[in-house]
Amino acid sequence: MPITPTHYMLLSAALFIIGVIGVMVRRNIIIIFMSIELILNAVNINLVAFSAQLHNVVGQVFAIFVIAVAAAEAAVGLGIILAFYRNKESVNIDEMNLMRW
Amino acid sequence: MRYIWLIPLLPGIGAAINGLVGIKYFSRKTAGVLACTMMAAALAVSIAAFWQLLGLPADARAVDVVVAQWIPSIPLATHNGVVGMFSAPWGFRLDPLSGMMILVVTGIGTLIHVYSTAYIHDEPRGGVARFFCYLNLFCFFMLMLVLGNNFLVMFVGWEGVGLCSYLLIGYWYEKKSASDAGKKAFITNRIGDWGFVLGVFLIYSTFGTLDFRAIQNAAATMPIESMHFGVLSFICLLLFVGATGKSAQIPLFVWLPDAMEGPTPVSALIHAATMVTAGVYMLGRNAVLFSHAPTVMTIVAFVGVLTALMAASIGLVQYDIKRVLAYSTVSQLGYMFTAMGVGAFSAGAFHLMTHAFFKALLFLGSGSVIHAMGGEQDMRKMGGLKKHLPVTFATMMIGTLAIAGIVPLSGFFSKDEILFQAFLHNKAIWAVAVVTALMTAFYMFRLMAMTFFGGYRGPAWEAGGGHGREPAAQAHDAGHGAHAAHDDHGGGHPSTGSGHGGHGAWHGPHESPTPMTFPLMALAVGAIVAGFVGIPAAIGGSNAIEKFLEPSFTASAVQLKLDATEANGSVRLQPDEAAAAAEHDQEPHASRNVEIGLMGFSLLVAISGILLARKFYVTSPEISDSLAERWAGPHKVLSNKYYVDEAYNATIINGTFGAGKGLWAVDRNVVDGAVNGTGWFTIISAWFSGLADRIVVDGLVNLVGRICEEGSFWFRKIQTGLVQNYALLMLFGVFAFVSIYLFMR
Repeated sequence: MPITPTHYMLLSAALFIIGVIGVMVRRNIIIIFMSIELILNAVNINLVAFSAQLHNVVGQVFAIFVIAVAAAEAAVGLGIILAFYRNKESVNIDEMNLMRW
Repeated sequence: MRYIWLIPLLPGIGAAINGLVGIKYFSRKTAGVLACTMMAAALAVSIAAFWQLLGLPADARAVDVVVAQWIPSIPLATHNGVVGMFSAPWGFRLDPLSGMMILVVTGIGTLIHVYSTAYIHDEPRGGVARFFCYLNLFCFFMLMLVLGNNFLVMFVGWEGVGLCSYLLIGYWYEKKSASDAGKKAFITNRIGDWGFVLGVFLIYSTFGTLDFRAIQNAAATMPIESMHFGVLSFICLLLFVGATGKSAQIPLFVWLPDAMEGPTPVSALIHAATMVTAGVYMLGRNAVLFSHAPTVMTIVAFVGVLTALMAASIGLVQYDIKRVLAYSTVSQLGYMFTAMGVGAFSAGAFHLMTHAFFKALLFLGSGSVIHAMGGEQDMRKMGGLKKHLPVTFATMMIGTLAIAGIVPLSGFFSKDEILFQAFLHNKAIWAVAVVTALMTAFYMFRLMAMTFFGGYRGPAWEAGGGHGREPAAQAHDAGHGAHAAHDDHGGGHPSTGSGHGGHGAWHGPHESPTPMTFPLMALAVGAIVAGFVGIPAAIGGSNAIEKFLEPSFTASAVQLKLDATEANGSVRLQPDEAAAAAEHDQEPHASRNVEIGLMGFSLLVAISGILLARKFYVTSPEISDSLAERWAGPHKVLSNKYYVDEAYNATIINGTFGAGKGLWAVDRNVVDGAVNGTGWFTIISAWFSGLADRIVVDGLVNLVGRICEEGSFWFRKIQTGLVQNYALLMLFGVFAFVSIYLFMR
């Protein structure tokens, strides 16, 4: 059975949904970050799959950018988490409610 | 003669020194000597100036001296739209009329100043200086009045003498009647001054100048208003209103008798000799104007003669020695106005001069009597003073004979001249004047009889009481108390508790000291000889005073002065020349016999008046009492001065009060009501406005606040601060938008 774009898109959608659910339901910020990585990688799969399909390298270049941005985001996010942890001694997202009224 | 401005200035300086320094620092003597010196100096300058005036040719006897410019020149429109340059200098004018007046004022003024030094001696120290300050100030203004060469300078003097009159009448200001009399005099004079100042305005409006000479020259060319009542008549009528105020004529004579509340020298100087003659002088000064208004002349003559009759009849029954003299003054002033009114300006001015002498004499004599009686003024409490006061008696007798018109004293010539001119002019006026002359002789001799003849009726005194050092006798005290009750000048002021505090106890009537008797004697001489300058031609005299004064009453003299080349009378007797001149032209035509007959007749009248008074008050006093009983009604009317004061009270004064009250009611109800109404309206509308503010405006603002508050109470609940909530909402939003996008496509 040949692997069609449909398969790639299904995989991507599954990854995306798993990532979204992870973001929504988990309490640990580290897990949430990991879920965000899942969402980004779902996008990356889409980009690379359509790049191969259409014989256009731009998709892959875009995927590289997304990986770079994800890395930067992880660095900043982990810094924030460290600072937060030093204050609260916890990485539970429920305690991150300083923006409340 | 260039220094005539010194004449008013010298007393002015005296007044300034006494007023500014003297009241505080001068002794009685210093103040008196200073005032007398200033007056004597003014008299000396006056005599010198008058001598020089006599040296000039008759037609050139008018000298104007301008000391300084007062009001430079300001444009001011006159009635015909011409804009005149209004200017008024401090100018003085010496001509026969003002020359005579300055001699009278400074001469009699000096004598009265000397008299006052003794009369006022019992006053507190500052009071003496104040008195002499006022007296000098009065002379200053009076001399300004007579010397001014335009109406404005005259007006300064005119108002100034009124002020001084007020100050001096109210000199004993602690005494209510005196201060009231001062106010009455002042206010009554204001009414007259109102007329005077309106007349001056009208003069400026008509002639465009206030200079006497220019006005005379302009008026001389205008037609005589014999048939109509033109602008000249209006001017003269208004000026005459001023004269009635100052010279106490009907209807404004009421202040003069009350003015007797002042010290007696003041009465003599101001209210007999000088100030009250200012109105006569002013008429004489404007003789040319008046000559052109025959209607007003008639009014003047009738007012004058009626005043003379009315005042004389009141004088018949008065008991206050000074009030008799006061009414006599009003009456004699009436004579002067009669003379002015019939065109005999010279005769009026002549009578003014002789009257100044004998009336000042009589007043000073009465002052001497009052002094001798320790302040008593009621003639019923006098009598038999002849032996106590020989000098006063002799001099007052001369004055009485002079005013009664006994030949050859001064009053005879002047009064007879007036009677003669009145006879030529109007027989009715003459008849009233003769009746008045009879009354004059009667009441004056009545005064003499009650004061000097008969038995003594006054309070008893401790004969030879030795300066009051011994324990006071009971009888003395009783007598003293009795006279103090009627005390006029003693009881009013605080320093001397009773009549003669300064002299210790009162020792009965006594002759006055030399400073008081000397002026009496000097004035008596004046009262004898003053008439000799006016002996009429009919009995071999030359009537020098008339010839001397005549140029002041005609415009020709001033024209001649202006243009000496046409000096020889070419303008002198034009057809429309002053009626005065015309009147005097008749004089040669009038029969000499008529004049001599009239003289004899008036002499007869005077003597019969004297004899009548002698019969009533000396030989058989009971007659007068029985007459008073038989004619109780008229007697009462006369005693109450024809109820003029009461009538004025009832009409004018109560009217004024009533009007004032009415206006006050209007003020209180309408004006205050309007103001209060506005206030209430503002308060009420403000209350409503506040209500609207509170409910509507505040309500809206609060409503917005409440809406925000309530809304935010619900809406802030979605602001959980939980990132996952936000993310979830965002997810729903994305779903929603994508769903809409998909379904709507």
